[in-house]
Amino acid sequence: MVPLSWYLIFAAALFSIGLFGVLSRRNAVAILLGIELMLNAVNINLAAFWRYGNVMDMTGQVFAIIVFAVAAAEVSVGLALVISVYRRRNTVVADEIDMMKW
Amino acid sequence: MTTETLIWLIPLPPILAFFLIVLLTNKSKTLSHTVGVGAAFLSWVVSMFVFVRALGVEHLGEEPFTSSINWLPTGNTWLKIGVLIDPLGAAVLFFVSITILMIFLYSVGYHNFGQPAGDHDRKGLPPHGATVEEHGHKHVVPSVEPMYSRFFAFLALFAFGMYVLVVSDNLLTMFVGWEIMGLCSYLLIGFWYGKESARNAAIKAFMTTRIGDVFMLLGIAFLYSATGTLTFREIFREETLHALASVPSIWGFSTAGIIALLLFIGTVGKSAQFPLHVWLPDAMEGPTPVSAMIHAATMVSAGVYAVIRMFPLLSLDPKTMSVVAFIGAFTALFAATIAVAQNDIKRVLAYSTISQLGFMIAALGVGAYIAAVFHLITHAFFKALLFLGSGSVIHGMEHGVLHTGNHDVDPQDMFNMGGLKNKMPITFWTFLIGGFALSGFPIITAGFWSKDEIFADAFANGHIVVFITLATAAFLTAFYTMRQITLTFLGEPRTKEAEHAQETPWTMTTPLVILAFFAVTYGWVGIPEHFPALGGLVPNWFHEFVGGTLAEHPEVIEFSWIPLLTSLVVALGGLTLGYFVYRNVNSPAEDRLQIPVLKNKWYFDEIYDFLFVKPATWFAETFVYKWMDKGVIDGVLHIFGPITQGLGTIIRNYIDLPIINRLIGDGSADVTYWFGGKLRAVQTGRVQQYLIFALVTFVAIGAVLFAFGLLA
Repeated sequence: MVPLSWYLIFAAALFSIGLFGVLSRRNAVAILLGIELMLNAVNINLAAFWRYGNVMDMTGQVFAIIVFAVAAAEVSVGLALVISVYRRRNTVVADEIDMMKW
Repeated sequence: MTTETLIWLIPLPPILAFFLIVLLTNKSKTLSHTVGVGAAFLSWVVSMFVFVRALGVEHLGEEPFTSSINWLPTGNTWLKIGVLIDPLGAAVLFFVSITILMIFLYSVGYHNFGQPAGDHDRKGLPPHGATVEEHGHKHVVPSVEPMYSRFFAFLALFAFGMYVLVVSDNLLTMFVGWEIMGLCSYLLIGFWYGKESARNAAIKAFMTTRIGDVFMLLGIAFLYSATGTLTFREIFREETLHALASVPSIWGFSTAGIIALLLFIGTVGKSAQFPLHVWLPDAMEGPTPVSAMIHAATMVSAGVYAVIRMFPLLSLDPKTMSVVAFIGAFTALFAATIAVAQNDIKRVLAYSTISQLGFMIAALGVGAYIAAVFHLITHAFFKALLFLGSGSVIHGMEHGVLHTGNHDVDPQDMFNMGGLKNKMPITFWTFLIGGFALSGFPIITAGFWSKDEIFADAFANGHIVVFITLATAAFLTAFYTMRQITLTFLGEPRTKEAEHAQETPWTMTTPLVILAFFAVTYGWVGIPEHFPALGGLVPNWFHEFVGGTLAEHPEVIEFSWIPLLTSLVVALGGLTLGYFVYRNVNSPAEDRLQIPVLKNKWYFDEIYDFLFVKPATWFAETFVYKWMDKGVIDGVLHIFGPITQGLGTIIRNYIDLPIINRLIGDGSADVTYWFGGKLRAVQTGRVQQYLIFALVTFVAIGAVLFAFGLLA
């Protein structure tokens, strides 16, 4: 059986890729994709700890499902915002959406 | 009810009437005078009841009606207040209650009750009359006093003060009644406060009597510290009196002498004796019932009553007695000389009052205790009668003034009168009786018996100087009384106003008749036993009764022809001379006795003005106001002002503005502003940049925590 650390390393790598995507991509939709990657990296961690811990205890699985649901909701709100911004300012580049300053 | 309880109740109706009128009934004139007269009547009934009971007690002097309660705790003992009716109190109560009732009744008519309100009458001024239309033509009638109810309220309070004074068994409550009357006399003299002369007279009366009252209060305090009690019967115990008499005090007086002298000064103020007599003639500014109230029944009698009460104390020191006799005799003569030259009908009576009070004081000074009480009572009757009679004359004259409409004619000036005998018969006859009683017309009138007794006592006790002085004064009394009667009632009317004078209503004449009755008959209760022919016909009840007040009954003096003849000569001589001199005098110019010095009352007002009023005004205006207040006090304050202002400027310019405002206040704001300006570059509005900051911070914190081993 594959040891637990492999899963953890894989999840950490996935999280870092997602973080890099969030910080570096200019397209707001791509930033959302990065966020999804980070959330799913967490889900891998949850599933792995469940499997290698007490199997009868369902907490890890339940938590992972809640994260899916929240992620789906978050993406839908995020995409709606992106569309709204695009309609107003005709762009989806994050650097150009800079109204939130003094 | 016991007699003692009744005595407690005597002063109650007037004070209740005062509050009732002031608080409830003052809108209604009818209710107010009903309450006032009713209260006076109630007090009179109770007083008469007490008087009759007092007559029935065999040794009232030794066992008077008395009852007292504890009032103020004074350490181990109590200050007691209570009531006392001994023979003196009973006799005084008798005349006080009658005269008060008469004055109340008279006031109803005097203030024109039942007449219409005046056309342009104002509060604080005497009524001017009202125009009435009758059978198609207009004529002017007297109008009702605008402050009718107030008058009865004051009068009731006054009566309360007098009753308190008479029934008190101690000096303290007596003094309280005394001061209530002082206040009321001020209020009543200044009743027509719209007149400046009335205001000034009120202030003058109040200030002058106040001088006497301060000394009296000193006397009371001295007496209390010396004996520890203010109750008459305790002071007059033999051992107390002996102790007081044997302790010497200043100026060769004994303690008793000094106390009596201080109390006597109170009387000098209240009874208008020289040198504090100046207020009484001016008090004539008040309405006439007030003059009668103040001069006959109450206030001035109160002064004499107080000396009579303190007689056991007074008689301890012969020096004090000499002072009292001198003041009394001097005042009697001195006031009589002024009365001769006065033209105002009420002023003559005012000076005559001062003079007659001098008789009583002189009588006390020579030790004639009973004669003083006797004269006090007869004088109260005939002087109340004369004052009310003069008020009736003035009222009648005012009627004439209203008829002719000539308001320049002074209705009080006797030279404007004349011939009123036929116009006002009741007033004339009663005034004549009062005047004859005042002059001491022989045998019939009360004034003769009381004055004769003073003469007899002064003569028998060897006070020849006092005797001669009083005889001269009595001669002048008869003279100016006849002058007054001749000028007012006899001869022909000298003015149109006098021709149209009218008799006054029954409320005014009834008191005159009743008082005239007493002015004649009251003398008969005190006819000396050794008097030729008449003596012994009627027992000398007054001597027996009032004499019982003192511990030692005064002995009956031997009859002597000299005082009796003197009395007869001065009375009849004065009356005759007065008639013949003034029979044909029609104007002040023809009156040869209008000597400036007498006319101007020996310049006493001017002297007092120069000695006291001017210096007092100077002290207040120039010394206190200009020098002390404006100069010294304001000067000091004006120095403080600039100093404080300079100090303030320094603090403002060198501490407040640079340090507090600039450095601390503005400085902190500047720092914050500068810091904010620098920091705002951080906020770019780029989400990814923020995220990088967050990541870097997170990692940095994590690294620090890891480095210090805090990440478990």
